[in-house]
Amino acid sequence: MNRIFWLPALMLAFSGLASGVALGADTPAVITIHNGKFEPSELRLPAGVRSRITVRNQDAFPAEFESIPLSREVVVPPRGEVSFFVGPAAAGRYEYFNDFNHDMKGTVVLEAAGGQ
Amino acid sequence: MLATAVILFREVLEAALIVAIVLGASRGVAGRGRWVLAGIGVGLSGAALVAGLASTAAALLTGEGQALLNAAILLTAVGMLTWHNVWMSSHARELKAELSAVGAEVQSGSKPLTALAVITAMAVMREGSEAVLFLWAIAAGGEGRTSMGVGALVGVGSGVLAGGLLYRGLLRIPVRHFFTVTSWLILFLAAGLSAQAAGFLNQAGLLPALGQGLWNTSAWLDQNSLAGQLLHVLVGYVASPSGIQILFYLATLCVILFLMYRPRWRSL
Repeated sequence: MNRIFWLPALMLAFSGLASGVALGADTPAVITIHNGKFEPSELRLPAGVRSRITVRNQDAFPAEFESIPLSREVVVPPRGEVSFFVGPAAAGRYEYFNDFNHDMKGTVVLEAAGGQ
Repeated sequence: MLATAVILFREVLEAALIVAIVLGASRGVAGRGRWVLAGIGVGLSGAALVAGLASTAAALLTGEGQALLNAAILLTAVGMLTWHNVWMSSHARELKAELSAVGAEVQSGSKPLTALAVITAMAVMREGSEAVLFLWAIAAGGEGRTSMGVGALVGVGSGVLAGGLLYRGLLRIPVRHFFTVTSWLILFLAAGLSAQAAGFLNQAGLLPALGQGLWNTSAWLDQNSLAGQLLHVLVGYVASPSGIQILFYLATLCVILFLMYRPRWRSL
């Protein structure tokens, strides 16, 4: 996991900045917490753009969505929802877990746009 | 029980280390104990309030509100730590003299006592609210009350113990070097908190990532391991930082160093 993607990441960041709102057309994506599971367990999103993820908790107790590779940490109140942005980041698999229950895990998969 | 102990230990550790460093760094400042205790009290009330809000899925904690709240708390703490370090840089000599029993009276005036209280309150509130929510999640998961209680006591106890050990360790540093060491500890602590704040602002979509996950050192040092956790608190270790976090980290280091050494440069 010690990949270093300085250059591509920087290039993506700058291209994202340069085209601003156009690329920031934040792709809506929802992860649902239901019966102690993240659904879908693999969320597919385009790589290289900023995306907005909403985590919706349908269970009766709080959870903490945490991802080390995405560097995200957010408490999801019971029967509540939170939103946050990820990226722009390089294509790849980004794992996350519930910091209040480490058996609950999932992955955000960032995919390069077709043909690129 | 073990899960409860481990996670509470981690939450308490962060607050305990911050309080230990702040207590150490303010050694010799009269009245600091009372202010730090007040900070802990306010922090605990704040933690209860935040946890209560989360239970009602209050708007403050949903949407992007939570990230903004975290960023505000962290940046306030960074401001207070900066003030503390700058004050110390001009009063360390008097404090040192007092500690070495020469008996020089420390100048009164705007001692950073409120800063101590605010830093403590912020640390306790942030970690405390997460601890409360976690306990709730565990309780709802059906863990028995006794087992949970024991786990909680062990976790909180060992977290506080670790803070106590750090504090005792700091006190063993010879007075001659003491305030230099604590200033540098606070410097890196503040830079780490600033980088965390940048992460939250980016999470809320207010700052660009400038490259998300520029590198990932999880394979060498897992951020969730004990060593990773310690380094995360002490120097702001992040396994997979974004560009904006690195920028905030370095900028905070530079600003505080500049403010700390400015008086010395002037007198040259």
